[in-house]
Amino acid sequence: MSEWQAVIGLEIHAQLATESKIFSAAPTAFGAEANTQVNELCAGHPGSLPVLNRRAVELAVRAGFALDCDVQALSIFDRKNYFYPDLPKGYQISQLNYPICLGGHVDYDVDGQPQRTRLERIHMEEDAGKSQHEGEDPHSHIDLNRAGTPLIEIVTHPEIHTPEAAAAFFRAVREVLVCVGANDGRLAEGSLRCDANVSVRPAGSEVLNTRTEIKNLNSFRFVRDAVRHEIDRQIALIESGGSVVQQTRLWDETRNETRVMRTKEGEADYRYFPDPDLPPVLLDAAWLESVRASLPELPAARRARYRADYELSAADAAAIVDRSGFATVFEAAIAAGCAPRQAAIWVNGELASAINDELLAWRDSDNVFVSSRGVEIDGPSLAALQGLVDDDTVSIGTARRVLRRMIESGLSAAAVVDADGLRQVDDSGQIEAAVRAVIEANPDEVAAFRGGRKQLIGFFIGQVMRATKGRAKPDTVRRLVIEALAGDAG
Amino acid sequence: MVTEARGVRALRDQIRAGGRSASDVAEEALERAESLASLNIFASLDSAQVRARAAAADAAIADGSAGPLAGVPIAIKDNICTTGETTTCASRILGGFESIYDAFVVERLRDAGAVLFGKTNMDEFAMGSSGEKSALGVTANPAAPGYVPGGSSSGSAAVVAADIVPGALGSDTGGSVRQPAAFCGVVGMKPTWGRVSRRGLIAYGSSLDQIGPLTHNVEDAALLYSVIAGHDPGDATSARRPVEAPLLRGADAAVGLRVGLPREYAGAGVDPAVSGALQTMARRLEAAGAQIVDVSLPHTEACVATYYIIATAEASSNLARFDGVRYGRRTEHAGDIDAIYARSRSEGFGDEVIRRILLGTFVLSSGYYDAYYEKAQRVRTLIRRDFDAAFEQCDVMLSPTSPTPPWRTGERGDDPLAMYLADIYTVSANLSGVPAISIPLGHSEALPIAAQLMAPQFAEARLFEAAHACEALR
Repeated sequence: MSEWQAVIGLEIHAQLATESKIFSAAPTAFGAEANTQVNELCAGHPGSLPVLNRRAVELAVRAGFALDCDVQALSIFDRKNYFYPDLPKGYQISQLNYPICLGGHVDYDVDGQPQRTRLERIHMEEDAGKSQHEGEDPHSHIDLNRAGTPLIEIVTHPEIHTPEAAAAFFRAVREVLVCVGANDGRLAEGSLRCDANVSVRPAGSEVLNTRTEIKNLNSFRFVRDAVRHEIDRQIALIESGGSVVQQTRLWDETRNETRVMRTKEGEADYRYFPDPDLPPVLLDAAWLESVRASLPELPAARRARYRADYELSAADAAAIVDRSGFATVFEAAIAAGCAPRQAAIWVNGELASAINDELLAWRDSDNVFVSSRGVEIDGPSLAALQGLVDDDTVSIGTARRVLRRMIESGLSAAAVVDADGLRQVDDSGQIEAAVRAVIEANPDEVAAFRGGRKQLIGFFIGQVMRATKGRAKPDTVRRLVIEALAGDAG
Repeated sequence: MVTEARGVRALRDQIRAGGRSASDVAEEALERAESLASLNIFASLDSAQVRARAAAADAAIADGSAGPLAGVPIAIKDNICTTGETTTCASRILGGFESIYDAFVVERLRDAGAVLFGKTNMDEFAMGSSGEKSALGVTANPAAPGYVPGGSSSGSAAVVAADIVPGALGSDTGGSVRQPAAFCGVVGMKPTWGRVSRRGLIAYGSSLDQIGPLTHNVEDAALLYSVIAGHDPGDATSARRPVEAPLLRGADAAVGLRVGLPREYAGAGVDPAVSGALQTMARRLEAAGAQIVDVSLPHTEACVATYYIIATAEASSNLARFDGVRYGRRTEHAGDIDAIYARSRSEGFGDEVIRRILLGTFVLSSGYYDAYYEKAQRVRTLIRRDFDAAFEQCDVMLSPTSPTPPWRTGERGDDPLAMYLADIYTVSANLSGVPAISIPLGHSEALPIAAQLMAPQFAEARLFEAAHACEALR
């Protein structure tokens, strides 16, 4: 459908990772029994008053700086008035005209191509509760545990054009928010949700056509699939002579389609006005600067630095930055003297495979990987291991086995080598004997090699390595195998 | 006569000196309340609770841990949350509602040793100026039988005027403490907005609401004020600055005091008896050493309109929570959720409340917001500037509290506009946020008349000192 262009704007609702709610001391713990994380304010009891959670403001500001926003020294909370059973006060406290952040942008890659999407704003607001309708039960059940949970809503300009870009943007935002500690990144728990506004127009046109909004997408795949289906639906509708109606739609992941939630007949009138219970939020310039200064290096910047400073490939840099703990261990290994390329090979190779095999897990509090038995693997331990390769104590292949043994035993790399007798053999006489024995034992392969199947060199080297239990120095083995095969022919 | 000592301070001192026990005082007050039940002063009064609280106060006095109000019975307006009894705003929609927490001021009163003495009748949700707009029926004016007690803190003014208890708390959004105080011949004071925490006060107009004391005299008002004023971390609009104690010294405070008379407050609608009494007071203040200054509040004419736009806008949002879903009255005629809302609210709210919710919903509506709410906010800024400018020329302002003495019960029932205009001299203190006090000046044909004093924001000490001087010169 090359003659159509999709126009996509996203609104991401991210829960701020606070212990308590945005306007009260009620806890925000996930998964608690219904209506147990609730006090008089969350339940909208008469006379209760909101008091802004400072930590929520700080996290919103961290998110704002991390997304290159213009963080506002003054912002104002407004009341958005509407009736709904899970909205206990009859209004939601949000920010309309004076949000905490304006502008900003996110850089991300789509299929290796760099893209930038600009943000319109970020505002703070409180979440509503949850209405539950179950089966034949004629009653609705209200759970107010989420009511008053602090959120930021990140609003983009409508300038995303493909489903893949929409998903990649969402992923990039999540990565930044998690990196700065503003959000826990748990999509499945509803900590991060995305609404997508979708319209289509003839390619080359600049008009903004009637859009639909797909609500509450809580995975990258749902964003991509829902947006893709919605684009296709709109195009098919227009091409068959119909027209798009402004609607709120929901994504049904089991049926792979969007369906109507409600049709908007004109804009709802929320009668916004400034909340008289909350003074304007005034943020001091020095405090803002201290928050900005406390931000960690962001993932995109770190990936770029690894590529520039350590000459890593894009894939290697991404693999390190995207996985918890890898960058920490990687940098610590370099600091302990390991060459960056080798450090990258260790973390993305053996460390990753040990984690995949569930031998190790990242422990954030101590900045180390730990086994179930409490053995710790950190940057310096990898550097020490690489040191044994560098000084020819062990071969690289042996070193990989040493790492597994370190995880099992808790011994240092050097101690494993000594205990298991893995020190590399570079005694030509000993290796020559092994080479001779291999050649004698495999006359057919020798004949084939001499007949031109030069790739059999690997076979002979492998046999010699096996015979020496992997301890022979590979370079020496290779040299002696080549000499022996050539010499016997001469 | 029940109260050998009428006032808060006097009664406190008597109890403290061992002259009477808190329990005796409470018992006598319960008897008097019972004998005056026809005045319809209380929304609820639980005698068992009162007795238990009085016994606790006696115990505290006995072990020496008594606070500054130990044993003194204090009545609370029914829109201030108290645990252990109902808080209904004199509305059907909150019939039987019990708060799960105490208001900040109630915590303060309990800590001070006061014996909470019932919840007083009021205009429903504090919307009214006569005490007639209560789902529980009108309260009688003990000082003027057949006349309204004023409102909305009708019961809190009447309970003091009837000598049942020496002090009460009310709430004042547009004059709801001062005007009933004036009509019942007692003292009523509204602090600076932000001076007394609103936590636990059921909101009407949040940017205007303040809790204030009603008492027999200025000294008692200052005493109650000192207990309830101060910072509350649970109210984001609560001021952090320290509370200053007044130095009450009678007429001496008049020496050098610049008393402003706003010329716009001497309009044609003022009853001659009221203006005559004010002029007398001004002359006496001058004779006592005060300087009388002519000041101007140019936007006075716009005050009532501005007030009714802002107050009703906020009310339309504040009262949205009364929806029949979580607490309070829910309609018997269940249907879908919209029907539950509409019916519960139509059945639960009285006409005046519905009128103000509709008005407030209208002024916030898209297409009308700029013309009404937004413009009212701009006018409010001008009104504040009027006050700033006037207070450059004077220390306090003296004016009527109400343009007229109380009117007869039922007289203005069908004319909301006439009722709204009765608030003309009180709403400006709420719009500008300044503290104000109403003090009795005497009677005109057996009807109480009163003066209002206003002071700059957070100048409560000066306000009480000036009021104390007026009281001495009356």
